Amino acid sequence: MNLSRKWLNEFVDLPLEEYDDRRFAEAMTVSGSKVEITEDLSGRIRNVKAGRVLSLEKHPDSDHMFVLRLDIGTGHPVQIVTGAWNVHVGDLVPVALDGARLPDGREIHAGALRGIDSEGMLCSLKELGLTANDCPGAEIHAAAILGDYHPLKSEKPSLPADIQAGDRVFREVYAAEVRSVTRQDGAWSVQLSCGSDSLRVSSRCDNLHVGDLVAWNREKKKICELEDLHAQQSEFPHCITDGILILEDVEPGADIAALLGLDDHVVEFEITPNRPDCLCMIGLAREAAVTFNKELKLHTPAVEARAGGNIRELADIIVEEPVLCRRYTARMVRNVRIAPSPAWMRERIRNAGMRPINNLVDITNYVMLEYGQPMHAFDFSCVKGGEIHVRLAREGESIRTLDGTERSLSTSMLCICDTEKPVGVAGVMGGENSEIVGDTAMVLFESANFDGVSIRRTATALGMRTDASSRYEKGLDPENTLKAVQRACELVELLGAGEVVEGIIDVYPAGRQETCVELEPEKINALLGTEISTEKMIGILERLGFTVDGTTVHVPSWRGDVEHYSDLAEEVARFYGYNEIPVRFTGAISTCGGFTPEQQCERRIGEVCRSLGLDEIITYSFISPGYYDRINLPADSLLRDSLRILNPLGEDTSIMRTTILPSMLEILTRNYNYRNRESYLYEIGRTYHKRADGLADEPKTVALGAYGPEMDFFVLKGWVEVLLEALGVQDIRFRSNTGTPYYHPGRCADVFSGGHFLGTFGQIHPLVMHNYDVESEFYCAQLSFEEMFRLQGETPVFRPLPKYPAVTRDISVICDLMVPVGEMIEEIRQSGGEYLLDCNVFDVYTGHHIAEGKKSVAFSLSMRADDQTLTDEHAEKIVSAVLAGLKDRFGAIIR
Amino acid sequence: MKEMMQKLRDTSLKAILESQDPETLESLRVRYLGKKGELTSILRQMGKLSAEERPQMGQLANQLRSEIEDSIERRRNELSESLLEKKLLLETVDVTMPGEKKHLGHKHPMYNVLDQIKDIFIGMGFEIVDGPEVELADYNFTKLNIDEGHPSREWTDTFYFTDDSRILLRTQTSPMQIHAMETKPLPIRMIAPGRVYRKDEVDATHSPMFHQIEGMVIDKGVTMSDLKATLNLVVEKIYGKGTVTRFRPHHFPFTEPSCEMDIQCHKCGGKGCPTCKGEGWIEVLGAGMVHPKVLAGCGIDPDVYSGWAFGMGLERLAMGEYKITDLRLIFENDVRFLEQF
Repeated sequence: MNLSRKWLNEFVDLPLEEYDDRRFAEAMTVSGSKVEITEDLSGRIRNVKAGRVLSLEKHPDSDHMFVLRLDIGTGHPVQIVTGAWNVHVGDLVPVALDGARLPDGREIHAGALRGIDSEGMLCSLKELGLTANDCPGAEIHAAAILGDYHPLKSEKPSLPADIQAGDRVFREVYAAEVRSVTRQDGAWSVQLSCGSDSLRVSSRCDNLHVGDLVAWNREKKKICELEDLHAQQSEFPHCITDGILILEDVEPGADIAALLGLDDHVVEFEITPNRPDCLCMIGLAREAAVTFNKELKLHTPAVEARAGGNIRELADIIVEEPVLCRRYTARMVRNVRIAPSPAWMRERIRNAGMRPINNLVDITNYVMLEYGQPMHAFDFSCVKGGEIHVRLAREGESIRTLDGTERSLSTSMLCICDTEKPVGVAGVMGGENSEIVGDTAMVLFESANFDGVSIRRTATALGMRTDASSRYEKGLDPENTLKAVQRACELVELLGAGEVVEGIIDVYPAGRQETCVELEPEKINALLGTEISTEKMIGILERLGFTVDGTTVHVPSWRGDVEHYSDLAEEVARFYGYNEIPVRFTGAISTCGGFTPEQQCERRIGEVCRSLGLDEIITYSFISPGYYDRINLPADSLLRDSLRILNPLGEDTSIMRTTILPSMLEILTRNYNYRNRESYLYEIGRTYHKRADGLADEPKTVALGAYGPEMDFFVLKGWVEVLLEALGVQDIRFRSNTGTPYYHPGRCADVFSGGHFLGTFGQIHPLVMHNYDVESEFYCAQLSFEEMFRLQGETPVFRPLPKYPAVTRDISVICDLMVPVGEMIEEIRQSGGEYLLDCNVFDVYTGHHIAEGKKSVAFSLSMRADDQTLTDEHAEKIVSAVLAGLKDRFGAIIR
Repeated sequence: MKEMMQKLRDTSLKAILESQDPETLESLRVRYLGKKGELTSILRQMGKLSAEERPQMGQLANQLRSEIEDSIERRRNELSESLLEKKLLLETVDVTMPGEKKHLGHKHPMYNVLDQIKDIFIGMGFEIVDGPEVELADYNFTKLNIDEGHPSREWTDTFYFTDDSRILLRTQTSPMQIHAMETKPLPIRMIAPGRVYRKDEVDATHSPMFHQIEGMVIDKGVTMSDLKATLNLVVEKIYGKGTVTRFRPHHFPFTEPSCEMDIQCHKCGGKGCPTCKGEGWIEVLGAGMVHPKVLAGCGIDPDVYSGWAFGMGLERLAMGEYKITDLRLIFENDVRFLEQF
């Protein structure tokens, strides 16, 4: 919502000099109307003054430029060189002087054009950031000047180069010379000489000067423009309908910015959706009045309605959907005279960020800006049967809206219809079939209240959010329709835009529903932590338009958002000042904060991962169904049973992941494609699994992922081991996993704590790597966070440090190649007995000296007793037991 | 004899002084002072001396012994010192060569910031709670006083799993307020960080998945005054002591009164600059008093208990903290990005 400070002053006395933008914005923002931006419009146009043309001469070195002297009110005329053809002696024109600034940001400086000094530039409408709608009557017409003729083909000119006045151009068109030009009643009176004839003619062309040779159509009595000669623009390059803006009713020296209403400051507000009442001048003025403790000056519209008849005899309004249309108020205007609206109205509309069109349309927009009530004007002669039906669209109905687009309507869309067809989409946009045009004679003003949700859905479905619909969708005050239509009719009379017909049609089936709230000052103070007096509260509420009757607060109709004492508390707090509420802890803190054991476990896992050198990643919870194919998940895999988003942004984010692996692979691939030499990553993320009640189980997975020159299976396994050991998980076991389609069948393992499955890790299957188009090896692990948390060790209990030294013995055995070393270690631990402290593999060897199908495995055993120093005999006994165990179980023999 | 001793003194001291290594020095010691050394052989001739000369010579001989011993000791120290010096010189390394660094992993920058926030709130007696992302519309909207027909419930804004709009991806962490009120004993002090989802196309400031931190306090006698005091403290912890804040009215359906909290722009000190878009203030979070209707809906008597709640976006906070210019970097997980923090 853009607010004009000049317009605001009509309602609240807040002069700019006293309440500058900063002060105004700060105070409004902290009272609840957030200011986004303030703009001093006069900054858009600087140092552009009105000038009266004193003299005009052809530029000695140019065939199309003029040298002008202008009075700019200083007593010292300025000299300007211009290429514009529509300027005449006596005209008032905008002069951009040295140092001037134009709305497009351009700065104008004095200079010279073809050797002649120019102290600035004359401005066109466009250069001042305006269109013809902003300045009615500023349209420019251009005659084809024969001296400006440039043939399309030089060898075949359509006009002889030496054409003279009196020569025939074609048929009834003759060359004629301009002898004099004078302004007369908004047109030009031109003296022409055409051969021996001398005649005085009237022309609308603005670019005529004495001595010009023009084409004169004897039959049509018209000085020819481009289209009259069937000529192309390039044949008359200077015959353009753009030119300098000719001003009226202004003194030389007047500031153009002020003249265009730019001596204003505009404040852009961001209004929260609960306050549609603030989307207009009156609403914001009310807030401003309370904020600055000023009087709010409101005006009650008065309509004379001098036209004969009564609207009830002419029109009928049938609201078929009273839920979607709570109120429909209409008035009628006869003998409409479409014209531009006056400058003050155009300025206000423009400064509020809208475009002036014509008096009738401008009135509806003006009322919307002033009252916040969207209005529509129908050409009543186009309303078949004189009946307005507010109903839902019927199957197959469509309408061409005012923007010229044909739109098919669905049966949930509320429409304004005549007896046959829709003439408007309710609350969104009118139809072209009932549009106000130049010869519209009879107008029906609609001021209605529509259901916000319905309007929003219709506008969204049609893809046309308009100024009207964006107000309606927030839910407007039905009490406002009557005031608004009255104001529109008052403006019609004020502008002389037509005659208002007596009577009002006002369909308001449910009538006003007043909200009352109990005033409970102690509750309000308890909520705020303040000690505001009841009188002060009542004062604030009353200034906002509430009425207080004993302890009952009557909520004004425009405040649909207030229905509870906490809402009153906010109103009181806003104007007491949020920043005046004391900053104070009112109670002793009786809770004990901290991480839960589960959160502590998750933090520990993160710490260990980082100390292993892994970087943390965060990936999207939703993935593409195609990701399951990329990891070669079988078609019947349960993991494919994902929660599916019915309205996803795209296929890529359409299902909730049931496995975290594709997310990890995607990030590894991305880093690989970015040519990062190595990546070590981890994520603790959720997966989502369908539950019978439609919701999801959302367990967390610890995912590790890496590639790089240093990576292999055992680096990854080491990470898993360190991680589990750091959590104190007991009895960690590994088992080869050959059946998981996305892992290398020979380099994948499941990890257990005792019999509890914790997760799977390994090298990613080469076929999956192929799907990702990566020529490298990825290593990943997926471990269940919940299981790791459940199986993490107890708080460690101290064990006394050893008093006696350890003894080590190395053994080397030969066994079948396929015997898992892990099982050999298990056997050694078992047969080694209580003194065997540790067992490490330090060599596995095949090849020379070792028979085919066999391998040599070397272990280092360390032994220790807590109560004595172990002797050699002890050690030999243990080694013998270990060797015997290995022989019995695996047939392993000492090397 | 006296002359012999004088001569021994001269030659031995000279030889000791000229010795270049500990081995030579040791052989000199044996040569002069050993059992078969030169001093011993001189002393053997003592028998030939008169009784009155003997003690005199004995004294001289003892003096000479200790003089040679001292000299050897002195030289030994000198030699070992210079030897050490030479050794150290040989062992000298180029200390400007790079060290051998262990590769440490990095926490994701956004979680760095989140952990900072968690610490602040834990210090104020808050617990951290976690809840479902696949959520009932009832919790995400209805119980938060967001009626049917509210724009945020549209399928253009929210991701749904069921045709009847009953199950969705939570669009905010606020349903955690309801979960906490329904399940936790009073009083409650909690924050609930987590993932939330909205139908926004990915660009430099939007992502269909992002993170919020919800916070809520329910206790007897809790007021807006508390809200301000607590959040001021939190903001001071995040942005530094002396950070100037302001509260301004705002609208959230589930809090009343509602507010937004701004901090004064640290760059321009409130004068207005590009960082604060000329406003002088930067919005940091939304908050308010838990709507009494929401309390009552969760079975808490609003006449006995009151509460306040806040919500803040984590991505924006992290982007501000580390001056990250594009939200996409956060979810791209390029290690060259991750390892900067």
